Amino acid sequence: MAYLEGKNLVASYGVVPILHECSVEVEKGELAVIVGPNGAGKSTVMRVLLGMLEATEGSVTLDGKDISMLSTQDRIAQGLAFVPQTKNVFPSMTVEENLQMGGFIREDDISKTIEEVYELFPILYEKRKQLAEELSGGQRQQVAFGRAMMTRPSVMLLDEPTAGVSPIVMDEIFSNILDVRNAGMAVLMVEQNAQQALNIADKGFVLVSGRNEHTGTGKELIEDREVRKKFLGG
Amino acid sequence: MSDSIDIINAFALLTNFVILPALSYGSQLALGALAVTLVYSILRFSNFAQGDSMAFGTMLVILISGYMISKGWTITGFPTAILAIPLALVGMSIYLLLMDRLVYRHYRGIKIKQSIVGITASIGVMFITGGIVRFFLGASAQRFGDGERFIFSVREFKAFTGLQQGIALKTSQFLTITLAILLVAFLFYFLQKTKTGKAMRAYSDNKELALLSGIDPDKVVRITWLLVALFTTIAGTLYGLDKGFAPQQYHLLLLPIFASVIVGGIGSPIGAIAGAFLVAFSEIFLTYAYKKFLIYLLPLSMHPNSLVQLIGTEYKYAISFVILIIVLLIKPTGLFKGKVIVDE
Repeated sequence: MAYLEGKNLVASYGVVPILHECSVEVEKGELAVIVGPNGAGKSTVMRVLLGMLEATEGSVTLDGKDISMLSTQDRIAQGLAFVPQTKNVFPSMTVEENLQMGGFIREDDISKTIEEVYELFPILYEKRKQLAEELSGGQRQQVAFGRAMMTRPSVMLLDEPTAGVSPIVMDEIFSNILDVRNAGMAVLMVEQNAQQALNIADKGFVLVSGRNEHTGTGKELIEDREVRKKFLGG
Repeated sequence: MSDSIDIINAFALLTNFVILPALSYGSQLALGALAVTLVYSILRFSNFAQGDSMAFGTMLVILISGYMISKGWTITGFPTAILAIPLALVGMSIYLLLMDRLVYRHYRGIKIKQSIVGITASIGVMFITGGIVRFFLGASAQRFGDGERFIFSVREFKAFTGLQQGIALKTSQFLTITLAILLVAFLFYFLQKTKTGKAMRAYSDNKELALLSGIDPDKVVRITWLLVALFTTIAGTLYGLDKGFAPQQYHLLLLPIFASVIVGGIGSPIGAIAGAFLVAFSEIFLTYAYKKFLIYLLPLSMHPNSLVQLIGTEYKYAISFVILIIVLLIKPTGLFKGKVIVDE
């Protein structure tokens, strides 16, 4: 059984069904990517894993424990962390306050974790007294990452971390993600830039209409003729 | 009355009848406006029950201080109402939390436009609250400030300075300005420096991310109501000590309070304070009769015959509205960058 596992998930928004028995999983120290066309339910999978949307069927397990019934907050406390695609910082708070809020549920001293975030993203240390809304897109993405890392999570869920950023920033973000993975976390991300994402992924899930269409290692999926034709543009 | 130009006496007059009253009225509005701002920032609706809640808090103070006076528990110099505030605060907190539990929480659970549903619910709470106050205290006006009326009176001031025109500092004005400064300092310290205060700002900034960070929404809402109880009770009591208690008057306070909040920038605490003073000073400056002031300043031949009052006091609420309309036309986000009301 994988470290984080969503199994046979069925979910809908109101009466509109989105997921049909969809399964994803990721191990510690592994980067898994969910790709697929618009409306395939990629972000919905993430919401279900986090408990922000209730699955009508299926289960979510973390380290073998069923967490399907836990609230989002409790799942965060269990080690899940999430970086939403948009609105992923507190705009009218400083960089440092954003990090402090990330560590809100921790009772112990969070200053060391803040130091670690500054080490990983030195620019944030320089801008620590600045409001998040005053930062550039890439820097704001770093604040969002840093905020999520403040709980010292074992699983990091990223929703389209490179949406709307320049190719250079995209490379930077991907390298940040690999750093996070190499630090031993399980990283699961939804990504629009399928080619680049699968290039660095250990595992990939291709979702179509809320169903698993293809599953395999990043390399396998890139080399798969059908996947190439349908999703990677040739 | 002297027939020469007399600037010092003119300004003493203005201080006594315009500046001091406007400062204390502005402080009272500011405290009420901060309560509205807190509710708006956290619960995302404009609290129409604010004026009547202030009446409710004041009612508790009147009832408790009445009992204290009957027992002889008073402090020399100051109104007994001050002693009654802590207990009234407990009552007010319970009332607001109860209203949240019985009314607002239900509507929060329904995922529809909070700005409209919340306003409608708060109008209901407004009528209930106003009704309770009238049930216990009646609808007529009353005074409840005992103790010394002045910190220093006109006569003392004249004897001390030798000026012809005196300035008096009413106890209620002194208490209002002092308590307002303390409360505002406390609020800003709380929001900027404490973990709970920061969590409230985070919740107001980005609710979904606050939940993801493990911030307990129920606790944020509870703390908000406790702060609202604090500001509401004290604002109401100070206003009552200054101008007397009348339920209808408190009900109407909603207009200048909303004007303050919107003029300053919705959701901005500093804006609420600035807006409150702008509204208070405009109201009093525009409704003051300047005859005596001009007599001090102008040579005899130019002395005015009329009262030189720009607007009658009966129109003072119109001033709030005019300021409101001007600001909304020119700068819809308010003087300090506030939110524009949108539904999420």
